Amino acid sequence: MIEFRDLQKSFGPKPVLSGVTLTVKDGETMVIIGYSGTGKSVALKHVVGLLHPDAGDVIVDGRAVSTLDRAGLTALRRDIGYVFQFAALFDSLTVAENVALGLRRRNLDDDEIAERVREALALVDLTGSDERLPAELSGGMRKRVGIARAIALRPKYLLYDEPTTGLDPVTSAVMDGLMVRAREHLGVTGVVVTHDLRSAYAVGDRIAMLYEGRIRQVATVQEIQETEDPVVRQFIEGRAA
Amino acid sequence: MIRTIGRGAVAAIESAGRWGYFIADLGRAAADVGTWSRLLVGQMRRIGVDSLPVAVFIAAFTGIVLALQASYTFTGTVPLYFVGTLVGKTMMLELGPVLTGLALAGRVGATMAAELGTMKVTEQVDALETLAYNPLSYLVLPRVLAATMMFPVIVALSMLIGVCTGWLTSLVLLHLSTPDFIKGLKLFYVFKDTWFGLFKSATFGCTIALVSCRVGLATYGGAEGVGRSTTHAVVYSAVLILLLDAFWAVVLL
Repeated sequence: MIEFRDLQKSFGPKPVLSGVTLTVKDGETMVIIGYSGTGKSVALKHVVGLLHPDAGDVIVDGRAVSTLDRAGLTALRRDIGYVFQFAALFDSLTVAENVALGLRRRNLDDDEIAERVREALALVDLTGSDERLPAELSGGMRKRVGIARAIALRPKYLLYDEPTTGLDPVTSAVMDGLMVRAREHLGVTGVVVTHDLRSAYAVGDRIAMLYEGRIRQVATVQEIQETEDPVVRQFIEGRAA
Repeated sequence: MIRTIGRGAVAAIESAGRWGYFIADLGRAAADVGTWSRLLVGQMRRIGVDSLPVAVFIAAFTGIVLALQASYTFTGTVPLYFVGTLVGKTMMLELGPVLTGLALAGRVGATMAAELGTMKVTEQVDALETLAYNPLSYLVLPRVLAATMMFPVIVALSMLIGVCTGWLTSLVLLHLSTPDFIKGLKLFYVFKDTWFGLFKSATFGCTIALVSCRVGLATYGGAEGVGRSTTHAVVYSAVLILLLDAFWAVVLL
């Protein structure tokens, strides 16, 4: 279980998160939606300790992330796969090497690593792309490699940072399908940060809207679609005012 | 005025503190031998072998110019075999390490800062963290160790090339015989000349890599930030090389 407890974070004088409180239950996919620049990715980065909160904390399976030392963070990160907005693939490594990199950290033998890489690439429909470099891939393929790199670790939690941003509608739908497939295949708990509502409805069990540094509403997909909250309503209808 | 001085002092103390943390974290990252040792040879090749053409080019022309300038200075006042003395001493004590260091501050330092800076702004450094790697043991330590080990090798070759081109210049253009050149070369030679130059170059390599990696990892602001970091890395490295050069001259000579 992942719990955001009154999470607060500022960059300079500007508060980004002003007390985010949210619980992600085991086995569910929670989608965090919100306007651009409202701190969705900032909140997600706190889950793996990439950012340190000013106050509050994120609790993952009883571990308060901000209090962990490097060894504790390393242990935590072994349970979490993180899919970055622009994939964050290592330019100098091939697709297979990118996927294998995290596995090499887990003292697996070469055969086991090769098998897991093959399996992960098959799951994202990239079989045969092992030896290609990230520069030779399209944006959608890079994001799929990013997912393969995360799921190859067989994590307990998968965090997706804007997985469909910058993709065409068809490729976005493919990405949604991959996220659903990853959950069904691995049984992972997911947190997806996005402002793509079609994607949110397709992959989410529950949706939380982040607004002005706080969670404005948490509800199921259907409840969000029927919400009376004017702020959430405006967002999902895409109205300018 | 006082406020400006105060702000400057606070910034300097903060910067020193960040450097202290960086060095302490790097020391702790050294325990992760399995990660950095795997990447060390690759970095040694990139820093060492790939830098050789630049280093050889600089050393070759430095040796030629040294021999010609020594001849110009000595003719009529000092025996010409002192050309060998000046070429040898200068290449080993000063120009070999410093010119090579400055050239490699541009080549190696800029490469490191740009590479790590790009990785930082494209979240590759964050990705390493999420894959349970310590970026210091994966990215910084192999580069720092490789630079510290390979700079003396490159500088040793520079010294040799510089002395050789100085000798060839003396032979062909100054009509100084080989025995006379060697006589001058050996005249005031002490082994300290060699180890001083090589030791100095190891500290240059270490400094360039540390500064460039630190600057690279602190990059923010996209392509502009990477450009800024690259410039800073080269300038800081060059300044620190000159400061270290003076420091070692005071301390060790």
